[in-house]
Parts: sequence; structure tokens; C-alpha cells
Amino acid sequence: MKDQDKRMLIARRVARELRDGYYVNLGIGLPTLVSNLVPPGIEVVLQSENGMLGVGPYPYEGEEDADLINAGKETVSEIPGCCYFNSADSFAMIRGGHIDMAVMGAMEVDERGNIANWMVPGKLIKGMGGAMDLVAGARCLYVAMEHTTHDGGPKILKQCRLPLTGLAAVNFIVTEMGFMRLTPQGILLEEIAPGLSFEQVQAATEATLLRSPHLREMPA
Amino acid sequence: MNKLVRGADDAVADIANGAVLMIGGFGLSGNPENLLQALHKKGVTNLTVISNNAGIESEGIGVLLAAGQIRKMISTYVGENKIFEQRTREGTLETELVPQGTFAERIRAGGAGIPAFFTPAGVGTPIAQGKETRDFDGRPYLLEHWLRADFALIKAYRADRWGNLTYRKTARNFNPIMATAARVTIAEAEEVVEPGGLDPECIVTPGIYVQRLIQGAAYRKPIERRTIRKREPGQ
Repeated sequence: MKDQDKRMLIARRVARELRDGYYVNLGIGLPTLVSNLVPPGIEVVLQSENGMLGVGPYPYEGEEDADLINAGKETVSEIPGCCYFNSADSFAMIRGGHIDMAVMGAMEVDERGNIANWMVPGKLIKGMGGAMDLVAGARCLYVAMEHTTHDGGPKILKQCRLPLTGLAAVNFIVTEMGFMRLTPQGILLEEIAPGLSFEQVQAATEATLLRSPHLREMPA
Repeated sequence: MNKLVRGADDAVADIANGAVLMIGGFGLSGNPENLLQALHKKGVTNLTVISNNAGIESEGIGVLLAAGQIRKMISTYVGENKIFEQRTREGTLETELVPQGTFAERIRAGGAGIPAFFTPAGVGTPIAQGKETRDFDGRPYLLEHWLRADFALIKAYRADRWGNLTYRKTARNFNPIMATAARVTIAEAEEVVEPGGLDPECIVTPGIYVQRLIQGAAYRKPIERRTIRKREPGQ
């Protein structure tokens, strides 16, 4: 499967989790794709941690505004009913448990729901931005990522090796191979991508997966 | 009362080497462009800059960084600026990385007279090293301290002569909280009006927080990532 197809498959599955009235924070990159896939008939308000509720799609050419960007510093637009606030208020709503759902990418996730996505010692320092606050404060955290690294190495581990972004924070993992729920017993595989076996998903995963008694095919 | 000073050079005249500065903006959006240019021209060095990130290499705070005027950055993110990233990795720039919500709250606390607070962000991560952790209702939280500065450099949209400020869209970001947390807050605005010229219900920063004000000029407002969608016929 091509990278872009994987990413769209993951984003479409995450989008099925959206419910009417949700306030949602979408991370930079793959999670942003979810914004174009909101199911018809429901109203969802997107939060951007740089101080906006009601983020709209990218603007039409000629309507870009340097004063109107998302947390990825991309130009965006307003939807009717949007509002602006300062960064302290923005993170008060995040830490205070007012965000129904946050979606972010990760470098590593482990069996305890720990997540690492902000630095690789000696190689890459980007900074954590708002990720540590989001994983600590969002009511429900979805990790949306490719199942393995570019070299085919596992990203879903027994224990994270990289410096952590947050402890026991992840509720769901969505990859091109399946849909997983974090439980006190470990990672429960609830849905599996068409054409894959449980054993194939397990082989691409370092953590020991639990097989849901209701394991079903992941809807596209 | 008139907080309006003649121009950006006058406004930053008493910012000395070694000063601790808060600079508003999220990347290049909401940067005090005129004040940053004046600071660059003045050539002050050894600065500690508290700002979310450092713009790009050739714009915003990146210009001060490239010119070697900054000794230390307190930020949440070094990406998008290769010089910032490289010098942080090499250790030739002292960089304190702070989770963005903790960063914002430390500034808010600094302005509100709250010396420290507990937050869940960063528990169990490298950020927690050396910090007190305490449980509340069975969950661990980290003790974090306020941030305060000698000067805050702020970008507003409209201002009145008394320093009441409004902002525009997401260019608001850290500007209103930084305005509260410095000994001297210097604001620049795209438009300055007489007292009474702003709707009191819409003022975001009350003038009490602002000591100096300039009428900004020649705003360039660079866009970091121009993302657009195609116009369908008829739209």
C-alpha cells in the first residue's frame, strides 16, 4: 500500500469516531487529514491550540491571511461560530478536560499507553509544542500513525525507548493494519484491515496484542 | 496620560545587553515586527528570549538568533528554524524547552502574582527531572514556576493612547498574557486611536498592563505555510 493510501485509510477510520457536538484537537500531519472527512449530518468544532475554536478548511487562493493559521502554521479559514482566545485559555481548555478527542501522531506507543513523539536523543530535537499538555488533558487520545517505521521496524512496543511525551495517555491506536484499544490488560485488537490475519498484525507489532472476541474487519 | 512614543527605536532605547524579553507571536504570526527590527538594529546582545518558537532563519526572532544577539531561549518548539535546531543540538545556545501549555501558564502566573502551580503535563517525561511531583486525588502533578521578564514586546491590532489593546484572529496567541508578565510592556499596533475609540466590551488587554505604545508601520506579515484549496466553478 502506498504511504498516501495508508494515511487516508487511517484518517477515514479516525473520522468514524467523530460524534455530533465534539470539540476536537487534530495534530499536525496525518491527523489534519481528518478535518476533511467529518461525516455528513454532524457538527464538530476543531480546536487549534494557538487560540481558535471553529477552524475551517484551507482558504481559497487570494484569501490567505497571515493572522489566521493553525498550530501547524498553515493558513486556514473561519467557520461561522468560530472564536479566538489567548494561549493560556487555549491550554486551560485542553488541560481542564474540555477537549472531547485529540488525535496525534507518534514515534512510539507501548502496552501501558505511554507515548513518545517529541525527540530522538542525538538526532532530532523539535520540541514538544503542545503535545505534553494534550496527552495529559484530552478526554480521549487517539494515536493515528503508520503501523511500522519506514524501515519496517515496530512502533507499537512493549515499552517505549524514546523520551516520553506522556504516561498512560493513549486510549486508541489507529493504523493501516487495525484499530486498537488500550485496556488495563494490554492492547486489544478490535478491528483488522481487510486481507490481513491477526498473526500478520502481531508480527508487525512488538507488544503482545490481545485478540478481541469481537474482532472484525476495519471499515474503510 | 499618553503612552504613545515616537517610534520603535525610542521604544526599545532602554533595552540593555542581557535583558530578559518576552516576545509575542506563534511563529511569525502576531510578531511585533517593528520592535524586532529596532532591537536588531540596536544590536543588543546576551538576550534571554521567552517566545513560543523562533520564527524562520530570515524572519522574526530568527533574525536576532542568526545575528548572535540571543544567549538563551525559553520556547516550546525549535522546528522550522534550522539555526535554532542546530544550535540547540550542538549546545551553543542555551535552550529551555517547555510544554506549550505549561509555558503559557507560567507566563499567565507571572502576570497574576502566582509564583508556582501544579500541572499534569510532563509527568513521567524528561521535563519532570528535578521537579517536585505531588499527588492530588490520586494523580501526579508537576510543580512549575512562573515566568517574568524585564520587557514584553507585543503585537496588537488596534490600540488606544492609554494602551488598551485588541488583537486580530490567531495573531492574538501569547501576546495578551505576555503583556501582563513584564516590568515594562511595549506594544505596537496597526492602528492607534483616541481613548473611547475602542468598544470597551471588546478590549482584550486592559491598558494597565501596557507602559509604551507605538504606531506600527509597513507590516509585511510573512506566511510560513501557505495552504489553499481550489475554487470550484461558481464559488
